[in-house]
Amino acid sequence: MTEPKSAGAKEVWITGIGIVSSLGEGLDAHWDALNARKINIDDKRFAPYIVHPLAPLSFDAQIPKKGDQRQMEAWQRIGTYAAGLALDSAGVKGNKEILGRMDMIVAAGGGERDLAVDEAIMSADAKGNSSPGFLNERLMNDLRPTLFLAQLSNLLAGNIAIVHGVCGTSRTFMGEEAASIDAARIALARISSGQSEIALVGAAHNGERSDLLVLYEFGDFNLKETYAPVWQREGRSGFALGSAGCFLVLESREHAEARGAKPYARLTRVVADLAQRKQPGAVTKSLEALWPKLGVAGDSGNLITGATGAEPVTSEEKAFLRQHAGFAVRATGTMFGHTLETQFPLGLALAAISISRGALFPPNDPTGLEVEKPDAPDQIVVMGAGHWQGEGMALVEAIK
Amino acid sequence: MSAPRDKFGRPIVVVTGMGVVTSLGAGKTDNWTRLTAGESGIRTVTRFPIDGLKTTMAGTVDFVTVDPFSSTGLTERLAEMATEEALEQAGIGGKADFPGPLFLAVAPVEVEWPQRLELGRAVGKTEFRYEDMLRVSGGGRFTQYHRRFMFGSVASYLAETFGTKGSPISLSTACASGATSIQLGVEAIRRGEADAALCVGTDGSVNPEALVRFSLLSALSTQNAPPQAASKPFSKNRDGFVMAEGAGAMVLESYESAMARGATILGVVAGCGELTDSFHRTRSSPDGKPIIGCMRKTLADAGLEPEQIDHINAHGTATPENDKMEYNTTAVVFGDHLPKIPVSSNKSMVGHTISAAGAVEAVFSLLTLEHQRIPPTINYEVPDPAILFDVVGNKARDARVTAVMSNSFGFGGQNASLILTREPV
Repeated sequence: MTEPKSAGAKEVWITGIGIVSSLGEGLDAHWDALNARKINIDDKRFAPYIVHPLAPLSFDAQIPKKGDQRQMEAWQRIGTYAAGLALDSAGVKGNKEILGRMDMIVAAGGGERDLAVDEAIMSADAKGNSSPGFLNERLMNDLRPTLFLAQLSNLLAGNIAIVHGVCGTSRTFMGEEAASIDAARIALARISSGQSEIALVGAAHNGERSDLLVLYEFGDFNLKETYAPVWQREGRSGFALGSAGCFLVLESREHAEARGAKPYARLTRVVADLAQRKQPGAVTKSLEALWPKLGVAGDSGNLITGATGAEPVTSEEKAFLRQHAGFAVRATGTMFGHTLETQFPLGLALAAISISRGALFPPNDPTGLEVEKPDAPDQIVVMGAGHWQGEGMALVEAIK
Repeated sequence: MSAPRDKFGRPIVVVTGMGVVTSLGAGKTDNWTRLTAGESGIRTVTRFPIDGLKTTMAGTVDFVTVDPFSSTGLTERLAEMATEEALEQAGIGGKADFPGPLFLAVAPVEVEWPQRLELGRAVGKTEFRYEDMLRVSGGGRFTQYHRRFMFGSVASYLAETFGTKGSPISLSTACASGATSIQLGVEAIRRGEADAALCVGTDGSVNPEALVRFSLLSALSTQNAPPQAASKPFSKNRDGFVMAEGAGAMVLESYESAMARGATILGVVAGCGELTDSFHRTRSSPDGKPIIGCMRKTLADAGLEPEQIDHINAHGTATPENDKMEYNTTAVVFGDHLPKIPVSSNKSMVGHTISAAGAVEAVFSLLTLEHQRIPPTINYEVPDPAILFDVVGNKARDARVTAVMSNSFGFGGQNASLILTREPV
């Protein structure tokens, strides 16, 4: 961490991508699914709520030890799996020299609760069976001792260190959608200034959790009854939680070239802000203020947004997009659901894949907001506005 | 003082404001007086029933109340108090207009039992499942619990209250979180992104489930009576840590910007380092290499030799494993010089403030530099013969202190160290 005296801004490449989601695992599966406009929802299991369930996969491929899998809850398994895919994709899996100094920033929420324990305690309480020590005794007797480790936010990073050996540094950012925007922002700033050479950045989310549905239902954020694409939820707003894990390997151009790594794209800039959302239009204003900081060339291009489908933020995003009508927009929430911390890395990943494959994936939107864009993208803006706070953008570019 | 850049050509990062709240009291003055008098803030828990618990004491901050009560609400209030004190001392920015980013070390947030039970009672049945709770969760009746139990809620409140700039970062590196918040601030200033940063660690999470969780991992002391004697770092009869609450806040600035506005410089964050342990979720690698590497990275980051450290503010949790491992690894790093370094653990008195600990202990380290007096490690009656630290046992010690290393180690293989000095090095 002894960076040079005048660290000129170093170019930062995306050299590894790992994705698992409701659409499958890996880049090819996702590319095919996006091109086939595939959407995978489950409207029965948590009816009337809709979720995008994780596609079936065998965790053994990236988490070989059953003991490790048992120590994790689903969100950690999803994330550890996606991190492994990203390391594979970057060609650094098992490279102890690199992994031993690789920096890691994970954006995380918290882990699953033991629903049966909660339900039993609450039912007993509702029956009036709550002596002063009742809660203590039930928790002491009924909680699995290691459940805490599957719940702690920083233990996704901990598991990635244990399973994949990523053990330079390890930081976990929290705070819903904004956490992963900041994770990408800080990782980029560190590499670009010479404080770091290579970093693993990403997040994971298990959307198939009734305790999470309860939390978002407090604010009436859940999509109910009938699925609709993100831009078609006016009057019936909300997000459908999605399960997904997405990690990226970011590294300085010099570091990538020295080891002969092939980049998907360049991560040029990440900007973020926190608008006080007290007045209508605050999010639109915040996004407008961020836009010139990105350095986007011209008034047409490509934009991938993590728009949630919840209101009022989605309408405010639309107002911003109307000011930039030359941009072909794609909303990941339509296909992946809302994956909270994972939505922004997912946007970065899809931008990098689109650039490396020379095409933006097709629109998936009956309202016409998303339009076809046949030419190969040079630049893709990735945008995120959190369902309750936090706004950010990134610029992903082709390497020429 | 010397030039505004350190020996590596980076902006020097100084501290111009500090605030602290622990179970010993609110503010630097009270904390320092009681800390150097060897007082304990650990007491029997009265906030909730302790029936059925193995550990019944903690370093709760009982003199601060929030209404309606939640651990997250208390966490937020403690951070606010520590920040107010730090900003007042720094005299920086206008009211609600801090000229830099916020880095907040905070415990992971979750819906808590009082609110969960309230929801359960609203279901109107005596046998029910989460699906039944879902049916009564929406519609505006519990709207405030959405915001309250968002992970970003504490940072959001602080960012608005103090007018910090940009997107505030909430972070967790478990028991190293407080140190990581300072490290993020140092890095931002060194990159030239900011002239000032607000770094806060806060934890108000002594509640039944939190106590039970650590209890089930056999991490807590069960020496409940008397509670003041429970936390015994470096003692042979230590049996675990004591959960505690508190907050520490620091205003970091570039030396140049602090000088330009004529601010009083309280100390320097000369170095930071971290290194991940991939051995186990809760235990350190038996060879101690990640901790050794962490301390060495920190020395290298500060450009200091081990001989230049003259005090260690230890992680010193009083778990059997931590203290032994901390001694073994420190002995490797400092070698023959180690006997000359007085070592102390603030946790003997304030308990383990978990997410806040790194920040609280950084504040105490700077107070040690200011007063040239090292707070004691109390309850040091039966020294562990395998731990050959020069422990500042039971009574504060006057000493010449120029550079302090403050260590933090946490679950998930988190290791972070800071080096704090009085003057730029």
